Amino acid sequence: MGRGVTAVRTVLAEDGVLLREGLVGVLGRFGFDVVAAVGDADALLHAVDSTAPDLVITDIRMPPGFTDEGLRAALTLRRRHPELAVVALSQFVQHAYASELLESGDGRRIGYLLKDRVVDVAEFVRALHRIVEGGTVVDPDVVRRLLRRRSDPVSRLSSREREVLALVAEGHSNATIARRMFLSEAAVGKHVGNVLSKLDLPPATDGNRRVLAVLTWLRSAARDG
Amino acid sequence: MTVLRAVADRRFLFGAWPWRAAAFLASTVPVGVAVAFPFGLLGLPWLVLVARGSPSVSDVPLLVGGSVALAAFGPLVALPLADVERARLRLVDERVLRSEHRAAADAWTWLRTRYTEAATWRELGYALLLVTAGPVVYGLVLMVPVLLISWLLAPFAVGDGPVALGLGTVDTQAQALPFAVAAVLLLPAVPYLLAVVAGAHAAVATALLGTRDLRAELIEVTRSRARLADAFEAERQRIERDLHDGAQQRLISLSLQLGVARLLLDEEAPAGAAVADAHRQAKELMTELRELIHGIRPQLLTDLGLPDALRELADRSPVPADVRASLPGRPAPHLETTAYFVVAEALTNVAKHSGAERVAVTVAREADVLTVEILDDGRGGADPGGGTGLTGLADRVAAVDGRMLLASPAGGPTRLRVELPWVAA
Repeated sequence: MGRGVTAVRTVLAEDGVLLREGLVGVLGRFGFDVVAAVGDADALLHAVDSTAPDLVITDIRMPPGFTDEGLRAALTLRRRHPELAVVALSQFVQHAYASELLESGDGRRIGYLLKDRVVDVAEFVRALHRIVEGGTVVDPDVVRRLLRRRSDPVSRLSSREREVLALVAEGHSNATIARRMFLSEAAVGKHVGNVLSKLDLPPATDGNRRVLAVLTWLRSAARDG
Repeated sequence: MTVLRAVADRRFLFGAWPWRAAAFLASTVPVGVAVAFPFGLLGLPWLVLVARGSPSVSDVPLLVGGSVALAAFGPLVALPLADVERARLRLVDERVLRSEHRAAADAWTWLRTRYTEAATWRELGYALLLVTAGPVVYGLVLMVPVLLISWLLAPFAVGDGPVALGLGTVDTQAQALPFAVAAVLLLPAVPYLLAVVAGAHAAVATALLGTRDLRAELIEVTRSRARLADAFEAERQRIERDLHDGAQQRLISLSLQLGVARLLLDEEAPAGAAVADAHRQAKELMTELRELIHGIRPQLLTDLGLPDALRELADRSPVPADVRASLPGRPAPHLETTAYFVVAEALTNVAKHSGAERVAVTVAREADVLTVEILDDGRGGADPGGGTGLTGLADRVAAVDGRMLLASPAGGPTRLRVELPWVAA
């Protein structure tokens, strides 16, 4: 792909030096302009202030406490720069993390991915692009686990509708979903419509409803524990 | 070491134990005499009864009076006697005998406590035995060495006329000689007799005067076990951190490189296929390593605490699981780990054996206990001995001084409850 004029200005925060260098290499190779690569949350906030990037990729677990410093920093950045795309990398599936992130700002240009996901380079890069373009991406693992729950309002959905919602959560467009599920785009549109109405999302809101659907789902999951 | 065990030793006669037994028996005499006076006074009404012989209705006041006097004032003698005896017992039993009395702050509490404690009345019983059976037993025992000494001296004493030797009377040295020989042969048995009598006395005293310090030992065992559990826990966290910072990071980085290489190569070409395969293997290894680290100590548990970690666990459970967990603060790491693995194992069991549709996990703190309960609506009949991992769970729970309770009637439901003594982090 190489760097072009549309290179996405990116700040990377990851405390493991090896992985950080590795990611810098990958991002550079796939058309991202890494303007800063840092090792802790404070440095991340500082770097964003001084470089004004388009995209932030941050590990959640970082020094000094090794708990959720990266997530806190990501939320702070979302408040300060609502247009900033943020991807948080998590060691493990934690709904509370995902829903906190998705509720920050308008719930768009946001991603919650398991850290291991980065090694599937092509898929990871595609997810980054979807996010930068305004999408919302929730890790397939989070999605898979949520689908197994039965106490959600999501329980009102048919299995087909759940599949569609899962793909929506991963940030796919109707066209992609149609291709993946071997359905017509019209059929996907109908399923998405059903999902939105079953989740009581008002028809007045626009494309944003897709994000709201995912949010509803995550909120209920976080509430149920 | 006790005198009774020492008796079984071949070198008994040449050690300190015969002397210790003798010292114990000899020191019993002044102690017995000292308490005999007050008990003689208190028991005066009873002594009168015994002296009179034939009992009648008019004796009832004396009987009651004697009992009341003993009950009222006996403990005042028996309590200090018990203290002395517990100390004296060390002569024949090296283990510490602990009083079972409860501590009391002031005089009034002390009185009230002492007169309502079973230990007090057992000590009174000991005192009464000492002043009644004591003289009889000690008298009989004393007769043996006295008799043997008289046998030994008989050959020298016969000159002045007949000598009584217990089993008969002798007139001549020739008649006395066999007694003297028997005495020489029997003398080494005397220490054994003393030891056995002292041992028997000690056994009675031990039974009546206190507790063989088991509780203190138990507390110590518990403490050392808790220390061990803590040490293991610290070690676990260290290993987890090392693996996470080292091997896991390098492996992710390696997989990332392979992922990039894979994209650069044509998967149809031999090199591309090999790299794709290597990438796949590296990813599998990542999963395995993550599971391994998870098994040592789940990172989620360290980072977010028990309730969140259990929710994550419930998410992965094949049988839908509801978690209700609210704790006032975090318990010690070893409790978190134990509770976590209990739930993990229990959920695995539920999925494998119970046929349940739902399972409820409840974690709470009740007073000083961390309780973990797993309730499923399955078919029940869980058998702790049936290789269901329940035994391993029980061991794990016992290691942190907790206990595990299981109710699993045939037909269900199954309720597994684990109680762990709360220790704050």
